[in-house]
Amino acid sequence: MASPKGIWKVIAASSAGTLIEWYDFYIFGSLSTIIAAKFFPSENPTAALLSTLATFAAGFIVRPFGALVFGRLGDLIGRKSTFLLTLVLMGFSTFLIGCIPSYETIGAWAPILVLLLRLLQGLALGGEYGGAATYVAEHAPANRRGFYTSWIQTTATLGLFLSLGVILSIRRLVGVDEFTNGNGWRYPFLASILLVIVSIFIRLRMNESPLFAKLKSEGKTAKNPLKESFGNKANFKMVLLALFGATMGQGVIWYTGQFYAQAFILTKCNVEYEQANTIILISLVFATPFFVLFGWLSDRIGRKNIMMTGMLLGVLLYRPIFQELYQTADASHKNIASTSSSTSVNDDKKQTTIAVYKTFDDSSRLKTTVVQSASGSITKDEVTLNESGKWKMIALVAVMVLFVTMVYGPIAAFLVELFPTKIRYTSMSLPYHIGNGVFGGLVPFIATLITTIKGTDYLSGLWYPIGIAALSFIIGCLYLSNKSAKEVTN
Amino acid sequence: MNQLKKYLGLIWMLLGPVAIAILVWGAATNIDVAGKSDINKPLPWIIIIAIFTPIAIGLTIFGWYAWKEEYKRYADE
Repeated sequence: MASPKGIWKVIAASSAGTLIEWYDFYIFGSLSTIIAAKFFPSENPTAALLSTLATFAAGFIVRPFGALVFGRLGDLIGRKSTFLLTLVLMGFSTFLIGCIPSYETIGAWAPILVLLLRLLQGLALGGEYGGAATYVAEHAPANRRGFYTSWIQTTATLGLFLSLGVILSIRRLVGVDEFTNGNGWRYPFLASILLVIVSIFIRLRMNESPLFAKLKSEGKTAKNPLKESFGNKANFKMVLLALFGATMGQGVIWYTGQFYAQAFILTKCNVEYEQANTIILISLVFATPFFVLFGWLSDRIGRKNIMMTGMLLGVLLYRPIFQELYQTADASHKNIASTSSSTSVNDDKKQTTIAVYKTFDDSSRLKTTVVQSASGSITKDEVTLNESGKWKMIALVAVMVLFVTMVYGPIAAFLVELFPTKIRYTSMSLPYHIGNGVFGGLVPFIATLITTIKGTDYLSGLWYPIGIAALSFIIGCLYLSNKSAKEVTN
Repeated sequence: MNQLKKYLGLIWMLLGPVAIAILVWGAATNIDVAGKSDINKPLPWIIIIAIFTPIAIGLTIFGWYAWKEEYKRYADE
């Protein structure tokens, strides 16, 4: 085991890299509207097809595939070299996305290159997490494994925080127009290279995991990690148990509490872009320390009980919380204090824009914009909440992120303890990325699917994460053990 | 408790094919060449059904293991 000073170096080196990988992966998602306009014009069917592939294939196919490719490599040649490779792959893919000329300049090459780089990002992310979690866990003493690995668990949320913070800062710095229509959106991608170089430098100075190094020196590493992970019944049934009893539920709780909440506040509550993202940012700051708290607690009272409580709370409270979010922004029951309007005409685009501003007696505001053109009219509402409304939303989102910290804080230690050292990287990476990438990533798509059913409303989409979390809760409660393994060598 | 875990295995075995059937039904009713959202395009459905099929088979195998009481020794008792 690493010395107390050494373990913090291990945690810092692993967490910094994983944080940057999450940052890289999120900025693409956060800037997807701008990227679509620059690289995937909807009037071009090939570009639209490539856009769909970039959205769906990167998360659903390539992430689990990356888990297999890099998991196998990590069990064959070592954790350190493998998660160094994923970091390089992610960093350069992200940087290059920021360098690609737009569709207007190089035509179809633009969406093809962006798609390829996005797929490489998904591949790298699939390999990174398992390596970092395994690496830290294999340095940690048994009685503090939950606590030490929970620092890795903070990186997914901090990566979202960092990406939103960088995007909002650059947007303010260069102006909305330059950011959206000029080159401002490229800076968050280009900035990645600096972060990656620093992280590579730190990681290069680290040693191999002691448990893996010992296995290697004894010649006991796996010959075929994929076959031993999934072809061996004793191990395969634990992979299935990890997936259906833990990561599946964790994935939907994780996605709903952060990303679905963000999309709901923006698109269903119509809260203004900067205020909506500020609400998410502040909520993340409040809730992030709880990853460490629940990781620490899992060393004392067991991992299962905490994870299952988080899932149960999500199942029971998602609908009332989202209902409250909606009510907070709903202007239909408020009294109007003042109204004003403005009209502008764009002769080039042959568009007339009418903006109506309403201020309510609680100081919240509603801006309704109607853009009229030959092809019809588009109406958009934008709500700016008053201070109490804003803080109420922050509290509600923070509570949902708290559920995320309960299911996600202890899960790295839980997965590590389920599998033997020689196939750990492969075995834990796949259920993790299926849980997060597939089950979590499907939340917006299935939520939209549910709302197409007759008689549904704006909250109906929540039945997917609620149903999956409930199923995982039942399986987890019945089939998982709350006991933590003392030894993780075999 | 062990009997409950064993018999729930039958439910997990059934859930796999049911999940696939729901997705295929969803694809059949929502794919629309005139539609513009992701839910109307065939490609997301192809990707999702392709990636979900092995997962659903995994759920059925999990149910089979539960039915065979393979998880008995991992639980708390």
